[in-house]
Amino acid sequence: MSYQSMEEAQLRCEQEGIPFWKAVQIEDANERGVTLENSWEQMKGMWHSMLENLDVYEENLLSPSGLVGKEGGLMDAYRENEKPLCGSFMAKVMANALKMGCNNACMKRIVAAPTAGACGVLPAVLVTYAREYNVSEETMIEAMYVAAGLGQIIANRAYLAGASGGCQAEIGSGSGMAAGAICHVRGGNGEVIANACAMALKNLMGLVCDPVAGLVEVPCVKRNVGGAVNALAAADMALAGITSKVPIDQVIDAMKDVGDKMDVTLRETGIGGVAGTPAGQAVSERLGM
Amino acid sequence: MGNIFDILGPVMVGPSSSHTAGAARIGLIARQLFGRQPEKATVYLHGSFAATGKGHGTDKALIAGLLGMLPDDMRIPHSFDVAKEEGMAFKILNKDIKGAHPNTAQIVMEAEGVPTMKMQAYSIGGGRIRVCMMDGIDVNFSGETCTLIIRNIDEPGRIMDVSAALCKAEINIATMQVFRDKRGGCAVMVVETDQIVPQDAIDDLESKPGIIRVKFLDPNGSV
Repeated sequence: MSYQSMEEAQLRCEQEGIPFWKAVQIEDANERGVTLENSWEQMKGMWHSMLENLDVYEENLLSPSGLVGKEGGLMDAYRENEKPLCGSFMAKVMANALKMGCNNACMKRIVAAPTAGACGVLPAVLVTYAREYNVSEETMIEAMYVAAGLGQIIANRAYLAGASGGCQAEIGSGSGMAAGAICHVRGGNGEVIANACAMALKNLMGLVCDPVAGLVEVPCVKRNVGGAVNALAAADMALAGITSKVPIDQVIDAMKDVGDKMDVTLRETGIGGVAGTPAGQAVSERLGM
Repeated sequence: MGNIFDILGPVMVGPSSSHTAGAARIGLIARQLFGRQPEKATVYLHGSFAATGKGHGTDKALIAGLLGMLPDDMRIPHSFDVAKEEGMAFKILNKDIKGAHPNTAQIVMEAEGVPTMKMQAYSIGGGRIRVCMMDGIDVNFSGETCTLIIRNIDEPGRIMDVSAALCKAEINIATMQVFRDKRGGCAVMVVETDQIVPQDAIDDLESKPGIIRVKFLDPNGSV
């Protein structure tokens, strides 16, 4: 049985003197009846896939609707030629989030993390950091376990699908998972991981799912940037010793409550939010949807 | 909820786990149930699949699955060209199917020398699907585990034949569902097993009177 709460997972970590990522790996092996090595190899495959997927971005390729595709290249050019407000590292994070979002819209290969629409958040944070600071593969695979473990607790207490809980469940969850994962890379313990995830989730609570013409393009591609930048800000806060005054499990419960109250027009129906604006509706009509 | 690789994963071709990865899986399971690549396929899209399918590549993904491609196959965007090269004729039409799940596809598969087959399935998100109809009979399975599908005449003793054959091959039954169109008519058994059912056990079953056809879905196998 996977962890129903961070409290339960952390209790086990304390009792057995193991880090959070290990507790997630042990439970995965247990649940699927595979060895720890099998589980590790599969996670390594996911990590390698994330690395490869990012590199196949083509800056001149547009999605079939023509709405997105060039954003990753534009961000790269801006970083090379100007002085980005957020600094060079953050500009790379933003470019990578855009590239993965565009890749997804252009029918290239992605790792759903936790969903296809939010597939840019984790690689933007983890791949960019690993390449910038030459982090060992082992540490990055551990971080993938941290992300997966956090995602599973969110799935068990709330949801990961925009149709169920709005975009807070997709980009929000991806951001929380990435925040916790990058804290592990920086040596943060279970408490720091939990605080980072809780703060990232709180910052995106209430985010609605409002895709223009029902496509995973507008505003989804750019929201991956929001999720990645928010993850790094939350991680920095947690690493600075700032704590979430509401424990992570209760934050997730609140997210569920907010999602339940969210009107159906704001849950992946392509009716409300930016999808319902005159500009959004015009796109929808042009595409015959 | 599934395991951690449902959270980090699947690895898939975008843009949507329900409308692209799920659609590819529906095509793939249809092909496995048919037992070969169809020479002609007619695909009907219902609900959200019909409304937003083009933008999500649902049509291309379904055809890709029928050609045997997995949801992470980079050829999915070009599946129409692959179908042409491999001589699989296809038509994609919209159809309103009463009471069906919004992400439903119906597929009719034809090939010379084998009976035409019709199946209906829907995509539930995360790349996962449910098959809900086969040749006019309601069924309900995911194809995520080993699944034996038996078509038989609705008469006494056929369930015993199946359980005896599996017992002889030392196969444990995980779940079993039985369906029929009418009393004494056509019946379908859907048996999920813990082990792979060997070909000789399938041949043995198929030779029994009253058993019409037997198909085995191996989640890690290919057709």
